[in-house]
Amino acid sequence: MGKLKLIAEGIIKNNPTFVLILGMCPTLGTTTSAINGMGMGLATLFVLVLSNITISAIAKLIPEQVRIPSYIVVIAAFVTIVQLLLQAFLPSLYETLGLFIPLIVVNCIVLGRAEAYANKNSVIDSAFDGLGVGLGFTIALTILGFVRELLGSGSIFGWKFIDGDGILAFVLAPGAFIVLAYLIVLFRKVTAKKA
Amino acid sequence: MAKESSFKNMVITLSVICLVCSALLGVVYSVTKAPIEAAELAKINNAIKAVVPECDNNPSEEMIEVEGSVVYPAKVNGNIVGYAIKVKVSGFGGPIQMMVGFKADGTIYNTSVISHSETPGLGAKITGEIPTRTQIVGKNPASSNLTVTKDGGEIDAITASTITSRAFLKGVDAAYKVFVELQKQQQPWEN
Amino acid sequence: MEYIIIIISAVFVNNILLSQFLGVCPFLGVSKKVNTALGMSAAVTFVMALSTLVTYLLQYYVLVPLGIGFLQTVSFILVIAGLVQMVEIILKKISPALYQALGIFLPLITTNCCVLGVALLVVNNEFTFGGDPHMLNLGQSVVYAVASALGFGLAITLFAGIREQLDLNNVPKAFRGVPIALIVAGIMAMAFMGFSGIV
Repeated sequence: MGKLKLIAEGIIKNNPTFVLILGMCPTLGTTTSAINGMGMGLATLFVLVLSNITISAIAKLIPEQVRIPSYIVVIAAFVTIVQLLLQAFLPSLYETLGLFIPLIVVNCIVLGRAEAYANKNSVIDSAFDGLGVGLGFTIALTILGFVRELLGSGSIFGWKFIDGDGILAFVLAPGAFIVLAYLIVLFRKVTAKKA
Repeated sequence: MAKESSFKNMVITLSVICLVCSALLGVVYSVTKAPIEAAELAKINNAIKAVVPECDNNPSEEMIEVEGSVVYPAKVNGNIVGYAIKVKVSGFGGPIQMMVGFKADGTIYNTSVISHSETPGLGAKITGEIPTRTQIVGKNPASSNLTVTKDGGEIDAITASTITSRAFLKGVDAAYKVFVELQKQQQPWEN
Repeated sequence: MEYIIIIISAVFVNNILLSQFLGVCPFLGVSKKVNTALGMSAAVTFVMALSTLVTYLLQYYVLVPLGIGFLQTVSFILVIAGLVQMVEIILKKISPALYQALGIFLPLITTNCCVLGVALLVVNNEFTFGGDPHMLNLGQSVVYAVASALGFGLAITLFAGIREQLDLNNVPKAFRGVPIALIVAGIMAMAFMGFSGIV
């Protein structure tokens, strides 16, 4: 399968947020701004690619019954590495994303791709699959963060264009759910036309 | 395709994976330990710099613990020009960690909010240049009533965020109490 | 008295699902029928109480004294995975009917963010229940975990009730399934925001 096609599938056909409806917790919890959403997406992408590569490489060595716990340990290790690197070099992003960084471990997307793809395919293909799905996730989170930031704080990527606040509901809990709902509908309409 | 799922194989595989991962993490941890500590220190130093007059010493190296809070003395030529006091109070959505800077005579020089979990657009405004913070600059807690107007004081709270404003002023008060205690502790030597 | 404040806070004011966004995946997937929702909540409550207890002890008696705090994420998730496996085995023996009813949802509790989320929250964050910021002790942590699970159960059951009604109505085609569920969740979140400031 063409490598670029793998990436495109991850972004559109298999988009974890708009199609597979996976990884909802960080999607709702870290998208108060475009930058935060992007940061979260990229951290998850990092883990996705590395865990896909590792699991694809060692899949044949793991007995069937301990498959899931083994994958979880590998994923948890990469998540901890991301945690430590962010804490050391991007402390403000680390504080903003907070609890959701270690929660990448239980993000269904990562374990899901390991189980559905990485343990059955080559290392290179798995890497590109991780890259594609990770990009799909990052793009989705960035768009969601962008809309919430635009309507809720009146700013774009941190650049405020109005004085005072926007419609606060959008950066609070209800806004997360509702904006995501409309984005999914929009995505469905756009991709349905192309089909 | 995968190895046979005998008990021995399962235990060995899982143990090996755990050991390798732990070792790898140990390495990454030791490499990132110093940068993490440096980032923490930079955060404190920035907060200190924002709340006390210019000094030529390194306040974080001369920190004193008083009553559970940390005091960072700022000096010029060995003489005290101010104290930065780090306190933690309960805000609306969680703890608020702040740095309050006093001049040597007890007047407030400035304040800085280090971390908080207040509501965006409401209590979160506490990090900006708002009346609740600017009105207390230059005032001395010994002579002024630094509470919100709702409680009979002279400071304007953030609109619709009285609880956050109260918590912030409580933090300033707590820092002042530490300042007073510090003065008391230093008296015997200053005679 | 403090326990009551913890319970009110965890169930209503800072609902684990509607304001902290933990446990959303099963929320959208499981909650089509009230019965399933209740069964799921019971299972989650049990696992959360037990895992918070074990991970708390692990943190303070193993990880901190040995200086291996960086193994927190790995060890916590292993504990949770192990506990869920154990619960599965025990449930299969004691009550095969319940085991069948829960089906795939039982192993999925491992990847439920609220279990790992609450376990991490109680050992890493300071809480402000009635007083100055402080870390929770073992008793308070377990109460917090159980209360959070109850909050999850409350949200998920209310939601199932609403969805049962929704299925009988004429939802616009593009919104069917996940989008309308999310909008309902958003309105529920707004309703729960009314509780803020009580504790």
